[in-house]
Amino acid sequence: MPIRDNDLARRNRKVATGALLACGGMLALSFAAVPLYSLFCAVTGYGGTPQISGAAPGVEGKTVTVRFNANTNPGLPWKFQPAQNSMQVVSGQDAMAFYTAENRGGGPSTGISTYNVTPEIAGPYFHKVHCFCFDEQTLQAGQHVEMPLSFWIDPRIAEDPSTRHIKTITLSYTFFRTLADAEKAGALAKAGPHVGKQSNAASPP
Amino acid sequence: MATASDTQHGHDHHGHHDHHTPGFVARWFFSTNHKDIGILYLIFSVAAALVGIGLSLLMRIELQSPGMQIFADGQAWNVAVTAHGVVMVFFVIMPALIGGFGNYFVPIMIGAPDMAFPRLNNISFWLLVPALILAVGSLFVGGAGTGWTLYPPLSNSTYQSGMGVDMALFALHLAGASSILGAANFITTIFNMRAPGMTLHKMPLFAWGMLVTAFLLLLSVPVLGGAITMLITDRNFGTAFFDPAGGGDPVLFQHLFWFFGHPEVYIMILPGFGIISHVLSTFSRKPIFGYLGMAYAMVAIGVVGFVVWAHHMFTSGISVDTRAYFMAATMVIAVPTGIKIFSWIATMWGGSLTFKTPMLFAIGFVFLFTVGGVSGVKLANASVDVILHNTYYVVAHFHYVLSLGAVFSIFAGFYYWIGKMSGKQYPEFWGQVHFWTTFVGVNLTFFPMHFLGAQGMPRRYPDYPDAFTGWNMVASVGSYISVASFLVFLYVCWRTFTGKEVAAANPWGEGATTLEWQVSSPPPFHTFDELPRIR
Repeated sequence: MPIRDNDLARRNRKVATGALLACGGMLALSFAAVPLYSLFCAVTGYGGTPQISGAAPGVEGKTVTVRFNANTNPGLPWKFQPAQNSMQVVSGQDAMAFYTAENRGGGPSTGISTYNVTPEIAGPYFHKVHCFCFDEQTLQAGQHVEMPLSFWIDPRIAEDPSTRHIKTITLSYTFFRTLADAEKAGALAKAGPHVGKQSNAASPP
Repeated sequence: MATASDTQHGHDHHGHHDHHTPGFVARWFFSTNHKDIGILYLIFSVAAALVGIGLSLLMRIELQSPGMQIFADGQAWNVAVTAHGVVMVFFVIMPALIGGFGNYFVPIMIGAPDMAFPRLNNISFWLLVPALILAVGSLFVGGAGTGWTLYPPLSNSTYQSGMGVDMALFALHLAGASSILGAANFITTIFNMRAPGMTLHKMPLFAWGMLVTAFLLLLSVPVLGGAITMLITDRNFGTAFFDPAGGGDPVLFQHLFWFFGHPEVYIMILPGFGIISHVLSTFSRKPIFGYLGMAYAMVAIGVVGFVVWAHHMFTSGISVDTRAYFMAATMVIAVPTGIKIFSWIATMWGGSLTFKTPMLFAIGFVFLFTVGGVSGVKLANASVDVILHNTYYVVAHFHYVLSLGAVFSIFAGFYYWIGKMSGKQYPEFWGQVHFWTTFVGVNLTFFPMHFLGAQGMPRRYPDYPDAFTGWNMVASVGSYISVASFLVFLYVCWRTFTGKEVAAANPWGEGATTLEWQVSSPPPFHTFDELPRIR
């Protein structure tokens, strides 16, 4: 039965409007979660996300072993591996390492990598200065390249009670074929023209 | 139709209400009456339950012995698992508890003439029908072999390229829209339309449960809507929200899903908590023990339920500190839940108990929900969960709280209120037969799953090593008994509706104190001539 009490009808509309606004707010938040989630990881180093910053402070802290790991998504016809398995790094000092990649496919292909460090709590103390992972990399058929990265480890890693026991940090990369390249090559499952993030996928926010 | 009849009603308070009852099509298809819509929801729920139970029967036939029996492959199996989960959650439990009993009894219990927005109520129901058609239809176009959790990458277009997943996702969109509109309606009704004197602190616990549920729906379902919208655009329009190749992150989907999914499990049980409180109090002939504590325990469960979601993701690579937080927060929920369990026991303690069918289901609920709660506390331990994650232990846990908890509360509500809703009392003997067959059947089905899970049998596979044969056979036999018990339930319905036994306005005696027992059975088309006054 319709409500004949105008005052009640008005109050009802008010409460329902508030309720639907709250609902719309949650919907907006769910989409806002996409940038906020990567921002949260970038700022806090959550999930082993390395920091992106300038040159090392130049002080001398404890020595940490850095190990290197490489993965390649099967969609990308590359052989991708670290040029060294591990190295000793003095925290507070700049360090440089190399990965190698070789395109074993019949034509040019473009890849982009995701990355993190393990243990995850070392994320806030691991700083990358330059990295091939910040940009897309394109390799011609059969091309072989060395890809550099420079980084440093914050000496304060030895002061934080939750990280001071860490003697080894593993740096990991996974190379994916970019969606735009996969689309060009006809290797994309069925998604239409690509409109997502492309070249700046791994760059600092 | 409503305007005409109601204008007349407004002028003539003493008229016979039945004269206002609209014709069949207008009454059941264009209905704006909360009681009729509630009955539509209940019929819908029973129809969907036939689908959900049919799927579970197929799954138990498959798992009765090792090797592949009736399913073609793992994808077909996963399609059945997914459809079973989606149908049971969105089209059986939620419509029965929220749309069915909620619509029918919340306005009566709080002394309101109807819901605040009767036409919105009608839309809420009719959105569910196409949603169920989409969900069931997806089974015939390849289905969604994703699990009800829909995690990418399994649910993206690389691994599930068919239309089935999209249809399931749109089904969830429609069901979600229905729930959100319903929730806004309940909140408005409960806040604005209580009868004079019906303060929030005098409101029956079922109405409290519905109020908390409505808030959970309002705040969690839009997040599911957002997540599955992103999944749909990832699948069909080339976005990369959850695809690392395009800068996305599949773990984000898990966070969004469980931000919805965990409150969702409380959405499925809080109205049941309300029903159980009423039934136990009625058949103990005592007021509920610790009324305010019971009400605020539900509020606490609702609030804390929003900050524990990542306990579903202990093995998704979250840091040890985060695991510690989510583990502790999850265990905190055992406190308000414990308050409820102990208050129910205290309600029965020293009461004058009569063991009618609703009471049997309510006591069964308290017992089985406690079993599910205990295994829940065990699973909340991050270190233990690493071992038990994705095993049948988890399946046992959530079926004890949902299949045995929520469903027992639905049956308790059905037997408690069917006389009120239909005007015909159910046959007590067959009600008790239904209870005992259900109780034996579901326990035989799900208790062995604890053993299987503890021994490491993983979820979501249609086959298993020979070592697991024994308990799987027991579980399958239990499921056949459970299916038979549902047939007994249908027989009870048939006997009730064709029977001659007329239900009195209050068949339960002095223990039944809420407002629905003060109107006739069934209540008049427009429940209250004059709004009741609560002292």
